Amino acid sequence: MRLSENAISRIIQVTFVLALLLAWIFAVKSGAVHLLLLPDPERVWASMQRLASSGKLWSEAQVTMMEVGYAYLLAVVPGLAIGFLVSRSPRAVRFCEPIFSGIFTVPLTLFLPLFIFFFGIGPTAKIAFGGVYAFFPVVITAIAAFVGVDRLHIAAGKSMGATSWQMFRRVYLPSALPGILTGLRIGAIVCIASVLGAETVSALKGLGRSIAYASELMDSVQMFAWLLYVVIMAVAVNLMLTAAEVRAHRRY
Amino acid sequence: MQDDTNKAGISISVRNVTQKFTAHNSSNEVVALTDVSLDVRTGEFCCLLGPSGCGKSTLLNIIGGLNTPTAGTVTVGSTVVNGPQPKDVAFVFQESTLFPWYTMLENFKVSNEFQGSKGEWKDRAMSALASVGMENFANHYPNQLSVGMKQRINLARGIFLDTPIILMDEPFAALDEQTRMVLGEDLSILLARTGKTIMFVTHSLAEAVFLADRIVVMTARPGRIKSIIDVNEPHPRSPDFMLESRFSDMRNDLFALLRDEIRQTVADMRMARDAGQVHA
Repeated sequence: MRLSENAISRIIQVTFVLALLLAWIFAVKSGAVHLLLLPDPERVWASMQRLASSGKLWSEAQVTMMEVGYAYLLAVVPGLAIGFLVSRSPRAVRFCEPIFSGIFTVPLTLFLPLFIFFFGIGPTAKIAFGGVYAFFPVVITAIAAFVGVDRLHIAAGKSMGATSWQMFRRVYLPSALPGILTGLRIGAIVCIASVLGAETVSALKGLGRSIAYASELMDSVQMFAWLLYVVIMAVAVNLMLTAAEVRAHRRY
Repeated sequence: MQDDTNKAGISISVRNVTQKFTAHNSSNEVVALTDVSLDVRTGEFCCLLGPSGCGKSTLLNIIGGLNTPTAGTVTVGSTVVNGPQPKDVAFVFQESTLFPWYTMLENFKVSNEFQGSKGEWKDRAMSALASVGMENFANHYPNQLSVGMKQRINLARGIFLDTPIILMDEPFAALDEQTRMVLGEDLSILLARTGKTIMFVTHSLAEAVFLADRIVVMTARPGRIKSIIDVNEPHPRSPDFMLESRFSDMRNDLFALLRDEIRQTVADMRMARDAGQVHA
């Protein structure tokens, strides 16, 4: 039986995850690593089930998901709109693109205390921080995607009498879509990372806060349980966005 | 176009058109066209031939209303051109202008929508596809087809737009020699039926002689009309025309006319390079 390239890479990926799990079990059972640093996987699994059945998981995840959702909207809507507007003028691109790229290379985490200072320790600070951070990858990729629209496609559309709205809806947007989706995926990753990061620093509720809290209590079992939930959530979001991106790329 | 003198007469009229461009990264002004005047008769197939960079495509874009000339006017039918005229003038560019995110049929639908036509489009689209023998590929995406197949469909879209004038900007440039010949022959047959006015930009001498009623030879930059050659052979033309001695005579005449212009273009490029003006 011959497997496709895709199936082979899937198998390698799954094997890698299983190997990690096995290494974890082995490290714990052999007593090579202290249980406080690396807890027993069985106890972590039990803790995960407890968190789910007690409703604690949902009540914390709800807060984080709400924050990530609003932060993402705050990044994506202005990011795409500004990206498109900037791409209309070569002068604006030359002016804005280096500024956006420059800001994005600065570790914005350093400004987190400023956000807390401005917006307090509630969800608003996380939404603002995640929104601002994720705005940059979205706007940078959107500018590149809209600038890259084929000159001939634009000429063809105009020669056939397309209105500005038709040009946007039928030419610019579909043409830029693969690039935009890449930006949306990177934006989502940055958004989740910055919201959770902000939660670990100071918050009253949320997944990041729960991880930090368990760590402060030296409750490594519960900390690992929370961490695994966050990993699952991040992987799920990434898989969804990657699938959309691959689908859009296939046709072009 | 209602008026009889117009109908029998001039379809496109270019008067003293000059086009200058200023590159954004320098103050140098490039003169693409100087004082070009040309009349194209209704139903005529007119080829623009010239060295690269001589402003052939620029002239076509000005006629189609995509560029505004620095000086001079273009009249199509009885209207002075100052923007695209989707109901009167259709463009056929290289095959890559089919939108890859739509199927062939969706491409036709969108074209119809762009033109602002509310009417029936599907039967017209299918018959345009059938006229180039591509009706079985209506639901394919462009990238599922070969370059030659796409260009057939791109031609079909030009016909579907149902305009009295079609402007073609090197539509066959990306095709291999054989496909080019076959498509050229098909084009000659198609157009003999429709009576459309065609302006066709090409680099190929044989293509120009085979397709055109009149060949406009242009000079190296700044582009001017060097001479106009008539090809007296009725459409549709058969491939046998290419074997006749007057075909190769005309081809040779064209080459003689162009040779100096191409030399000039190459010399200009060398000079520009030596002056450090070439931005790659």
